[in-house]
Amino acid sequence: MSLEHIEKANSQTKSKSVINNPRYRALIYQLILLICLGYFFYSIVSNALSNMEARGIKSGFGFLFTTAGFDILMSLIPYEATDTYGRTFLVGLLNTILVSVIGIFLATIIGFALGIAYFSKNWLIRKASIIYVEIFRNIPLLLQVFFWYFAVLAALPSVKGSLSLFESIFLNVRGLFLPAVVDEPGSNLVYLALTIAIAIVVYLKKWSSRRQDETGEQFPLLRVSIAILIGIPTLATLLTGVPFHLDYPVLGRFSLSGGTTVIPELMALSIALSIYCGAFIAEAVRAGIQAVPNGQIEAARSLGLNERKIMSLIIVPQAMRVIMPLLNSEYQSLVKNSTLATAIGYPDLFTVFVGTSLNQTGQAIEIVFMTMAVYFVINMSISLIMNLFNAKVALAERK
Amino acid sequence: MKFKSLVTTIAAAGLVLSAQSSVAGDTLAAVKKKDSIVCGVSTGLAGFSQKDEKGKWSGLDVDLCRSVAAAVLGDAKKVQYKPLTAKERFTALQSGEIDILSRNTTWTHTRDTSLGLNFAGVNYYDGQGFMVSKKLGLKSALELDGATACIQAGTTTELNLADYFRSNNMKYTAVTFDTSDQTRSGFESGRCDVLTSDQSQLYAIRIGLKDPSSAVVLPEVISKEPLGPVVRQGDDEWFNIVKWTMNAIVESEFLDVTSANVDALKANGNPGQKRLLGTEGDAGEKLGLTADWAYNIVKQVGNYSESFERNVGQGSSLKISRGLNAQWNKGGILYSPPVR
Repeated sequence: MSLEHIEKANSQTKSKSVINNPRYRALIYQLILLICLGYFFYSIVSNALSNMEARGIKSGFGFLFTTAGFDILMSLIPYEATDTYGRTFLVGLLNTILVSVIGIFLATIIGFALGIAYFSKNWLIRKASIIYVEIFRNIPLLLQVFFWYFAVLAALPSVKGSLSLFESIFLNVRGLFLPAVVDEPGSNLVYLALTIAIAIVVYLKKWSSRRQDETGEQFPLLRVSIAILIGIPTLATLLTGVPFHLDYPVLGRFSLSGGTTVIPELMALSIALSIYCGAFIAEAVRAGIQAVPNGQIEAARSLGLNERKIMSLIIVPQAMRVIMPLLNSEYQSLVKNSTLATAIGYPDLFTVFVGTSLNQTGQAIEIVFMTMAVYFVINMSISLIMNLFNAKVALAERK
Repeated sequence: MKFKSLVTTIAAAGLVLSAQSSVAGDTLAAVKKKDSIVCGVSTGLAGFSQKDEKGKWSGLDVDLCRSVAAAVLGDAKKVQYKPLTAKERFTALQSGEIDILSRNTTWTHTRDTSLGLNFAGVNYYDGQGFMVSKKLGLKSALELDGATACIQAGTTTELNLADYFRSNNMKYTAVTFDTSDQTRSGFESGRCDVLTSDQSQLYAIRIGLKDPSSAVVLPEVISKEPLGPVVRQGDDEWFNIVKWTMNAIVESEFLDVTSANVDALKANGNPGQKRLLGTEGDAGEKLGLTADWAYNIVKQVGNYSESFERNVGQGSSLKISRGLNAQWNKGGILYSPPVR
């Protein structure tokens, strides 16, 4: 019997009783399940609340507006000890996002470079890629974080004996000290010029691909884009009389002051995360490339494309279909793994908020809940963005 | 199939219903039933709670756990130690994972009033200090403007430090680590100029340095840090037991009762000694314990002086003097209410 027959048979045996009607019955079950689930969560929450009250533990989110009273090693927004716990949440959140973005960026570059290197004709490059993946994929991440922080970065010279480059960039056990660019009046024009340059490049890309579609003529997009991106802002800088100056780090009584500091905790964590996740991404890229049928490559060769073009035009775009979903989960695990910051004292959300703030206020349930919600939202956003990309690279099937 | 899933749903909901009763229980009964005390201690702090190579715990805070076990169960060995970081300690106690928190914990207003916990006394009067490298040639903490400080996360130290620098109009950078060992290695590697913590801890950390003579402790004490045992709020019986265990340790020193003379004094002591040791009166029964509760403490663990000297004083590598932690009639502020 085909499906339609069964459906027909079902609708023919119309039952007079609601109980025996499978559709209503299914609905009722769903409803009961929903009520039970709702009650389940309600009772968990009210149970926790009444227990907390019975034990004299304060609850609620009022603590977010009280003064925190402690300092944080690194903050992307102005923060002082007199600010609120709510602000410590923001500081931690931004630090988490910073290390995640750096990690994702570097891991992607490392992953793609090594994934493609696996198919190199050069024996040394190929083997190096395999060895890299096998080593870093198989060592626990926490150990790698410790390695970079306690073995590599802590072994750097002290402040007095800093390694320096042109007396303006310093590297020591306290971190990397770089000159900071300070804006002067007129710098807005330069930023405007940069924006215009980006807009021109975006337009150029559209124009050149349209022209290629229509006439088949190619345009040296990359070289021209680089020239525009560097040329226009440089010109604007010179015309406005260089409206910037550099603030150099200077050796003070205890440490270097001035300029910008990249703290060793951030360096260690970003290096460890990107190297570890890079190894997994390399595997994903390798798998994606291997999934492209050999016939595609042979066809491309017979069309006369060179090896580099085959890689960039034929193999990678098709491999992306396989790589994308894997990349998504790698990025998500990178964000979650960034909580290992707590092991070396990098002030991410987990260290600052679940660490110090929780301990000073004692509001475990609220703080843990807020933090879980944040990681959930960050990872859902990554998933959303990656799914959009995925839809772009997915095989366009006939509807 | 559907009927089955319905049944499981109802069963699950029923479970939650029944579990809704309060879980706050009778700690004394639970401790007696499992015949051991779960005691939250530090992850390793010389003099207060540390584990030797054989896995045996010792220290001033550990002695308190042992005393409670001696008073309640008659055997100081019936303690399970649970090493906790500063960040984990209160949650562990609130959730019932441990029976007592005896982990160099400062008694503060916020902790006493909003965490659902009670401080049962003070077993060490401490204060926050600074340790710097000798090379810097510093004489006072007021010369620390612009310094980087290593501190332990989730401590009162973090707050005192911010207050101190702010009130003296000085700038600093705080590097916050999870454990005391990490702050030490941060200090040693030169990540920070100054390590700040309770003074007793500074001495302990200093001993752990590769070269203890390379570091000096600055004279300033910038805060009051009364350290003591903590129990859950709402179980007054247990609270009393821990509070009076603490008092008995102090009172036994005051009454000159030591582990060496306790047997003799139990039989032939003066009335005060006899009351403490259970040959007169019913102090033990009033706590819900046996008459020899304090006798067991002194016999098996010792009085405050014995415990202090053994762990942090002259009998230890820390060589800390009694200072504030002497009896009230000997220049300190240790004072136990009378056992009567």
